[in-house]
Amino acid sequence: MADTVDTSRAPVSQTGHVMPPVEDEGMIGARVTLNIDGQDVKVPMGTTILEAAKKLGIRIPTLCAHPDLCEAGLCRICVVEVEGMRTLQASCAYPVHQPMKIHTHTRKVRQARRHIIDLMLSHHYGDCYTCARNGNCELQSLAKEYGVDFFRFGHPDKPLYAKDESSHAVIRDMNKCILCRRCVRTCIDLQEVGALEAIERGDKTKIATFMDKPLADVVCINCGQCINRCPTGALRANDPTDEVWAAIDDPKKHVVIQTAPAPRAAIGECFGLPAGNPLTFEMNTALRLCGFDKVFDTNFTADLTILEEGTELLLRLQDALKTKKGPVFLPQFTSCSPGWVKYLEHMYPEYIPHVSSAKSPQQMFGAVIKTYYAQLNGIDPKDIVTVALMPCSAKKFECNRPEMVDSGYKDVDYGLTTRELAKMIQEAGIDLPKMPKSDFDAPFGSATGSGVIFGATGGVMEAALRTVIELVVGIKVENLFEHADIIPVRGMEGIRYVELKIPKVGEVPALLKPLFESWDFLDGVTVKVAVAHGTANAHKVMEDLKKGGPLSQCHFIEFMGCPGGCLGGGGQPIPTTLEIREARARAIYSEDSAYPVRKSHENPAVLHLYQEFLKEGPCGHLSHKLLHTHYTPRGKYIAE
Amino acid sequence: MITPNHKAPLTFASIELDAGLKAALAKPRSDLIAEVTASQLKGRGGAGFPTGVKWNLAAAAQADVKFVICNADEGEPGTFKDRVILTDHADLVFEGMTIGGYAIGSNTGILYLRGEYTYLRPHLDAVLAARRQKGLLGKNVAGKQGFDFDIEIRMGSGAYVCGEETALIESLEGCRGEPRNRPPFPVDTGFNNKPSIVNNVETFAWVTCILVKGSAWFKAIGTQRSTGLKIMSVSGDCAQPGIYEFPLGITIAKMLEAVGGVGAKAVQIGGASGQCIPASEFNRTIAYEDVSTGGAIIVFGPHRDMLAVARNFLEFFVEESCGQCTPCRDGNPKLLEGVELLEQGRCSMRYLNELASLGETMQVASKCGLGQSSPNAFLSIIKNFKGEVMGRTQGETH
Repeated sequence: MADTVDTSRAPVSQTGHVMPPVEDEGMIGARVTLNIDGQDVKVPMGTTILEAAKKLGIRIPTLCAHPDLCEAGLCRICVVEVEGMRTLQASCAYPVHQPMKIHTHTRKVRQARRHIIDLMLSHHYGDCYTCARNGNCELQSLAKEYGVDFFRFGHPDKPLYAKDESSHAVIRDMNKCILCRRCVRTCIDLQEVGALEAIERGDKTKIATFMDKPLADVVCINCGQCINRCPTGALRANDPTDEVWAAIDDPKKHVVIQTAPAPRAAIGECFGLPAGNPLTFEMNTALRLCGFDKVFDTNFTADLTILEEGTELLLRLQDALKTKKGPVFLPQFTSCSPGWVKYLEHMYPEYIPHVSSAKSPQQMFGAVIKTYYAQLNGIDPKDIVTVALMPCSAKKFECNRPEMVDSGYKDVDYGLTTRELAKMIQEAGIDLPKMPKSDFDAPFGSATGSGVIFGATGGVMEAALRTVIELVVGIKVENLFEHADIIPVRGMEGIRYVELKIPKVGEVPALLKPLFESWDFLDGVTVKVAVAHGTANAHKVMEDLKKGGPLSQCHFIEFMGCPGGCLGGGGQPIPTTLEIREARARAIYSEDSAYPVRKSHENPAVLHLYQEFLKEGPCGHLSHKLLHTHYTPRGKYIAE
Repeated sequence: MITPNHKAPLTFASIELDAGLKAALAKPRSDLIAEVTASQLKGRGGAGFPTGVKWNLAAAAQADVKFVICNADEGEPGTFKDRVILTDHADLVFEGMTIGGYAIGSNTGILYLRGEYTYLRPHLDAVLAARRQKGLLGKNVAGKQGFDFDIEIRMGSGAYVCGEETALIESLEGCRGEPRNRPPFPVDTGFNNKPSIVNNVETFAWVTCILVKGSAWFKAIGTQRSTGLKIMSVSGDCAQPGIYEFPLGITIAKMLEAVGGVGAKAVQIGGASGQCIPASEFNRTIAYEDVSTGGAIIVFGPHRDMLAVARNFLEFFVEESCGQCTPCRDGNPKLLEGVELLEQGRCSMRYLNELASLGETMQVASKCGLGQSSPNAFLSIIKNFKGEVMGRTQGETH
């Protein structure tokens, strides 16, 4: 996608200066020798002092620097002394091009760092005890590391700013902000949303939304990527833990939790395990011990989503290729990422007809629980509380969307993040990694690997392709792809494009007979699909579609709001880096391989649901009422 | 050589228009840069980077597009010489920019004009139009085949920090005016990521003079390390404030004689970001190697309250810090609070020492020149006027 426009609004000083890892050769492969604290190290030209020091095992503290973000060099905590230079240099932002002698902890350096920490603390209001980031705060660790024993330049005794609690997803407390601007760079540069920016200058500088409006009234897409990168508790998710505990404690309430695939791959990180250790079945046990009445797998509705969304795609293709009636909106966009959906509603509302009307798996689950499940078990839906464990902060917003009440009740009552559930488990005194394993509850426990891979970028596409190929071609997808692994759609590349030719068509399966006479219209068609993750990449795809570029030929595009897909979601454990997200992805794909049933349309529970409840099949009337939704054109400028 | 006010002629007034440009275009680029280098002209904005070296780096940079940027964001408190130069000698400045364009291989010049100088815009536009009319801008400048150059004016919006060259470039690009990390430097990665030279108004005017009168003439004036003449904006407690032209290397005492400021208690040299020199050091010289300045001289008479002076400068920096880096953004308010404690006689010696050490951190750890120089006035005042500022000790100390 070389011809797409670079539309990043990050300052030029910052874009394009993401420092390469030490291992990458410089442009011409030239190397330069540095002497850091008496040790020599040879690094490629352009390596930062910070990276070079890391190579020697020398730790330099950082706050504004983040491996996912462009360099900033503004907190100055990482300053070091370079021989021959009058001033100290920010090691995170200083690319080396000539031999240098560097000292990382001289008196001058230590004093500067100590002063900087003291200055930050002088307007950092709030008690560590009451902070969501207590024990996982970079400022707290630094204060400890540098032996801060008193507030040298004072400490505020009352808040300077009111908290912004307007958003269902993200709470901003600027009293704790140290102005490192990771959130700004995340929002503008990483996600290209631009809901946050520094305003004013000097001592009045603060991070603000457009016109300093409440977060709920601006283009914030609730992705929570800023939360994952905030070094302090200035940004956190809107936490419903108390309400969830209250529901559990209420004997009249039947509390059901559905758990998405991404949290189970990451929750171990909250319990000291390295990334990439899934605790799916340990978590089931822990959830029951916490008091949840039923523990279900969101993968069940992920499979349901594939059938609904896949059928919708086939219907659109039938309209485009066969009946040629009415306007057909292709490519079809996925709808499971609520961050992406809100991004589209703000930035490209004219493209809303392209979004699949199928609800996300979270919302489908809520609707099924409060209708089918309630009937089946003879429980009054008003006594059911549905909780969704999600890797996501935007899911909190999604379950509060006014249209998400198709069951007659609020379909999903509370969205919990991975971090919040970890706290509940800790509060209950449970050592998660040591829990015995146990399975999900019937009837929504049996899922397929296709549901699991929803947690990774490309997963929805792979699951949809597994199902669509098999339903249309009529042969096992394993015969086309080894182990049914559609490798080309996997990976961490920002935008991936794949073409699949349909060699021949088979019989229309019974489930879809009401909607399709035959697959003739797909005979010999090359299906073109694309996958994009992170809204910066979504932005590139949308700009390409707008100008009729190569991606406008696609039939289906998977969009995920967060870099890496759900496993990099705004509700996942902090910190996050590419390495951590890749480890989580490996955990998810290994879980997929372990499932005996790996294709959504083979999920017996889903097929049973169509037989017993959604009797008209995918995209039938009841499906439409319960499992499909509509969207809101919001635009960029939101009225008061 | 000394002119009591800006109506009297500066050296600039004696320079024949367009002679410098013609002399420059007659030379090969390398000879032109060598001539500027030989003059040892250093940046007149205050930082004192050798102009020839800067141009040479930009000329050597490989790029399809390069820019010549004139920094007319004259925001240093106490300086007003660029305003006078642009009012009376704009042609010399534009000529210097054109020479710079020829030297580094650029087709585009940008004059970044201070927001408060908007009233100068029609005048400057008229000068540019006249130069276009005469063929001194546009295609084949002054008949030089293949050398196209034009100049546009862009307005600042009132931020002091945009006088810092990388913040100026951010502002030109439509971003928040905040300094960038250096390296890379603008000669390599400047406006729109292209090689750019950013020079002060006065620097460009002197380049034109050097091309007319020769580098030997310029080098003969001043000291070995600070050659040539410098335009100063003199204000404060003196009989004849105004614009002066002095050779670099002049002592502060001699300068005070010239401006009617004898008997001063202190002189602030270099504006808010400069140093406050007490009477005991008036034998020091104004030169890059001693007390350097972008041109602002503020004279403080015997009756001045030096704590009030420190307060005034710190209030300025508290407001004008871009708010990006911690030492400058959060350090200046702490120094200002310290001045308030001193005023109330409540600042302990211990805390004053703490603030002095904070000031030193700000000097070495801030991201740009603004932050690095912001504690200078405070530090020199508490050092040189310790008795006066600590004299109010009374009441409860902090």
